[in-house]
Amino acid sequence: MDSILSVRNLTKTYQSGNRLLTVLHDVSFDLHRGETCAVVGPSGSGKTTLLGLCAGLDRATSGNVDLSGSRLDTMSEDALAKLRNREVGFIFQTFQLIPTLTALENVMVPAELRGHKGAYERASELLDQVGLGERMSHYPAQLSGGEQQRVSIARAFVNRPAMLFADEPTGNLDTDTGATIEELVFEINETAGTALLLVTHNHELAQRTGRIIRLRGGNIASDTLTRA
Amino acid sequence: MPNSWIFRMAWRDSRGSRRQLALFLSSMIVGVAALVAISSFGSNLRKVVDDESKTLLGADLVFESGRPFGDAVEAAVDSIGGTQSRLISFPSMAWFPAGEQSRLMTVRAVEGNFPFYGEIETTPAGAADNWLVDGDALVDAAVMRLFDVQPGDSVRIGRYFYPVAGGIDKMPSENQMMSFFSPRVYIPAVRLDSTLLSRGSQADYELAFRFDDGRDVEALVENIGTFLREEEVRYDTVEEVRESWDEGLTNLYRFLNVIAFVAVLLGGIGVAGAIHVYVRRRLATIAVLRCLGAGTRQTFSVYAVQTITMGLASSVTGAVLGIGVQMLVPAALSDFLPVEVPFMVSWGSLGAGMTLGVGVTAAFALFPLVSIRRISPLLTLRSTVETAQTGLKDPLWWIVFGVVATGITVFSISNAPSPGIGLGYAAGLAAVFGALLVTAKGIIWATRRFFPSRWSYIWRQGLANLFRPNNQTNTLILSLGLGAFIIGTLFGIQRTLLAQLELSEARQLPNIVLFDIQPDEIDPVTRIVQGRELPVLDSVPIVSMRLASVNGRTVNAMRADSTATWAHRREYRVTYRDYLTESEKVVEGAFIGSADPNDPVAPISLDQDIARDLDVGLGDSLTFNVQGQLIPTRVSSLREVEWRRMGTNFFVVFPAGVLEEAPRFYVVLSRSETGEQAAGLQRAVLGDYPSVSVIDLSLVLSTFDTIFSRISFVVRFMAAFSILTAVIVLIGAVVVSRVQRRRESVLLKTLGASQSEVLRIMTVEYLFLGFFAALTGLALSFASVWAFSVFVFDTSFRPDVVATLVLLVAVPFLTVAIGLVNSRGIYRRSPLEVLRTDM
Repeated sequence: MDSILSVRNLTKTYQSGNRLLTVLHDVSFDLHRGETCAVVGPSGSGKTTLLGLCAGLDRATSGNVDLSGSRLDTMSEDALAKLRNREVGFIFQTFQLIPTLTALENVMVPAELRGHKGAYERASELLDQVGLGERMSHYPAQLSGGEQQRVSIARAFVNRPAMLFADEPTGNLDTDTGATIEELVFEINETAGTALLLVTHNHELAQRTGRIIRLRGGNIASDTLTRA
Repeated sequence: MPNSWIFRMAWRDSRGSRRQLALFLSSMIVGVAALVAISSFGSNLRKVVDDESKTLLGADLVFESGRPFGDAVEAAVDSIGGTQSRLISFPSMAWFPAGEQSRLMTVRAVEGNFPFYGEIETTPAGAADNWLVDGDALVDAAVMRLFDVQPGDSVRIGRYFYPVAGGIDKMPSENQMMSFFSPRVYIPAVRLDSTLLSRGSQADYELAFRFDDGRDVEALVENIGTFLREEEVRYDTVEEVRESWDEGLTNLYRFLNVIAFVAVLLGGIGVAGAIHVYVRRRLATIAVLRCLGAGTRQTFSVYAVQTITMGLASSVTGAVLGIGVQMLVPAALSDFLPVEVPFMVSWGSLGAGMTLGVGVTAAFALFPLVSIRRISPLLTLRSTVETAQTGLKDPLWWIVFGVVATGITVFSISNAPSPGIGLGYAAGLAAVFGALLVTAKGIIWATRRFFPSRWSYIWRQGLANLFRPNNQTNTLILSLGLGAFIIGTLFGIQRTLLAQLELSEARQLPNIVLFDIQPDEIDPVTRIVQGRELPVLDSVPIVSMRLASVNGRTVNAMRADSTATWAHRREYRVTYRDYLTESEKVVEGAFIGSADPNDPVAPISLDQDIARDLDVGLGDSLTFNVQGQLIPTRVSSLREVEWRRMGTNFFVVFPAGVLEEAPRFYVVLSRSETGEQAAGLQRAVLGDYPSVSVIDLSLVLSTFDTIFSRISFVVRFMAAFSILTAVIVLIGAVVVSRVQRRRESVLLKTLGASQSEVLRIMTVEYLFLGFFAALTGLALSFASVWAFSVFVFDTSFRPDVVATLVLLVAVPFLTVAIGLVNSRGIYRRSPLEVLRTDM
């Protein structure tokens, strides 16, 4: 299988006061197209840092990330943005919808940025798919948490990305809503054949992916396949 | 890259914030309005001056001399031809018997039909129709109102009485300011008391021409220019007067333009402060956009488009408002204008004002907008990421700073009479802005560093708001401080100048001056003064003379090779005495009080400044011409003269024993404690000696006050734009921080704070801001007034304590009032509603 994400010797160090704090230490792994993977670990183990580096949201101190054939450490900020727009979808714990845009407009943003002619139709179709066909003109403040996350899911898939990054997608939701969202993510992901890198504390959610990487103290403690 | 997306996104992103954004950027409205008003008015004024330039002179050509025209000039005048009119102007007392009042006025005796161009506007209308034929007088309308003189009453000039035909409201070739300095009374020359001209006072002789043959006046004066200069005859042509007015008015309107520009800059600071907070509130949105694939240029453009669109909207509003304000400008400036300026829209000024408004908005907004480039998409994952690298560390910030500084300097230079003054103005502006900014930063640092942790909770919260994130300290200290600085400076300068004059009152110095007293009148006039139990503080003989040569080189030769200066050409009024006065001290050489009868060369004392102008020093020889008789002198001492001091001060002082037999007149100085005493003395002297002029210093003081009030009214009119802008910036800043405050207030409410406590915290914050801003602005205004006092007015610094205290209370009060009015309703919002909306 093709590798969509290739992480090699990734290290991230922060300046914390007068001392250097190494959050990730020499992390390496590959993720193949269509593969789903959960990154788990205790708080402060480097999960979110790893996600940010893999998605090109941050720069590594050393090592490199290859995303969809592009080596991230050599790319400019704008080139990274283009790559994210073309190849990547995001789902965040806090939804990260733009408050001044309606649900439909939020979903359209990545497609419009790409210059997609049928952005409206595609966004409408996805909102229908996540069950918000009737609430497309609502603003985020007028939607519940679960509904906001569904908008976020629709937005993540609007450009048919090859790679989906999800950061605790159910972390801000109650159990029932979380379960619905979980279903939705995996269902659409499977249909679209998108690779998924999921950061979570939720053991059950992690078990639904095909592979679990456990981080501890910035190092990969284990990298195992699940029964899923 | 789809550009249409940028505009769509800008539109969508501005939802819910458009009113706020409009308010933020409305601080530009007033400045642009002021600029457009002044610029459009200036453009109209130039056009009117061009169109009505003949009215400015009242003739096609005017000759002017400080003495009657000689035979050679009269012969030339005959050959020039045209329609002619003669005027003799001199200061003299005008006595109004109806109210038994008198005043020193400029008498203008007219022969012929001057003015040839333009109308004399009078009250009642038509009073100027037959005044020359009827032998009437036309009196300055303001003096008539002051003394309640009615048409038909009489005025006495010298020995003659004239019926007053009416009051002059407007005279071609004159403006209102002239009448403040020396009000006019026009009389027919045929009825002039000629004895007035034989006295010591200076008279100006004018000859006005009107040519109906289309003559080339410029060519004419070019032909006879040298001859006229030799004869000490000055001349004015329409073209020269037009150029002179054009230059003067251009300088005036440029000066006002520069003041208006301060309001624009202040608006720019308001914009920068507001956009800074606006961008900070959009951090999450920007991070999401970056995360979803928007490039730095795109995200930057989304906010730049919003800013420029709103900047354009406020500039258009300001420009339209400016056209309305333009109608007020002539009223503010009418005293300074020679012509009436009709209302016309100057489209060029409108366009320039709008362009400048948008330009300044964009330039100042760039300071916070450049930080958008640095906002990391990682913010979507971590809210604690350090995002915007701004200010000194960002090279682009410095480029923006350079562009803004260059723009301000270019504007200043293009609106200044000289590049040096323009640079000086830009530097002064930078110094004031810099000082205010440094103070603001200092306050932020100091409140954090020396935070009074033992103060009550309310005071601590209010004070802490000065340095917390999204604080408005910089913006408000700058805008309010600048407003306080402008007002404080105006009051301070006025106070300093008035104090200088009032000083002479307080120090028992002379406050009555009697002059034009002939030698045979000095004893009886002195007796009249003493008879009214008033002191004769000084009695000074004055002799008029001109310089004939300097160190053997004649002034005529200097005139011929253009090395003669004003100091060489002028007429000197000198005195002779054997003592120094309190207002002078010898700085070089020795003062010689009595001349040696055996030495034909008189030892004289010169004021050190005039010596410098004449380029002479100790031992140099000067020869004076006293009505045809040459008197050789030698400079024996140089004096430093305190010219401001009320009294008689002279450039040249002769020793006793040289000029006693020369034609001379006397000046007597006295002092009265009341206005009635002064008026009584005036009446007594004028009754017996109508040619003697009596000046009451208190009248000079009130004249000065009137003139200064008119000038300061214009400056205040312009400063009002800056102050209004400061208020709008204040409102904008309060509204900007409203969301921040709302969240905090709701959290405090949730945690148990009462409405009164929340309001008190906000009051403390605005009180501190207003107080610090006022304190800084007023401290700077003290420095500015001190600089003006020492370097411009050469006097001691006298702060206006009352105005300072009033401002120190008024500015914080205004700040608190606006702050609380704009914060109303914050407490009433439900916590859930606020937290859901603002998260």
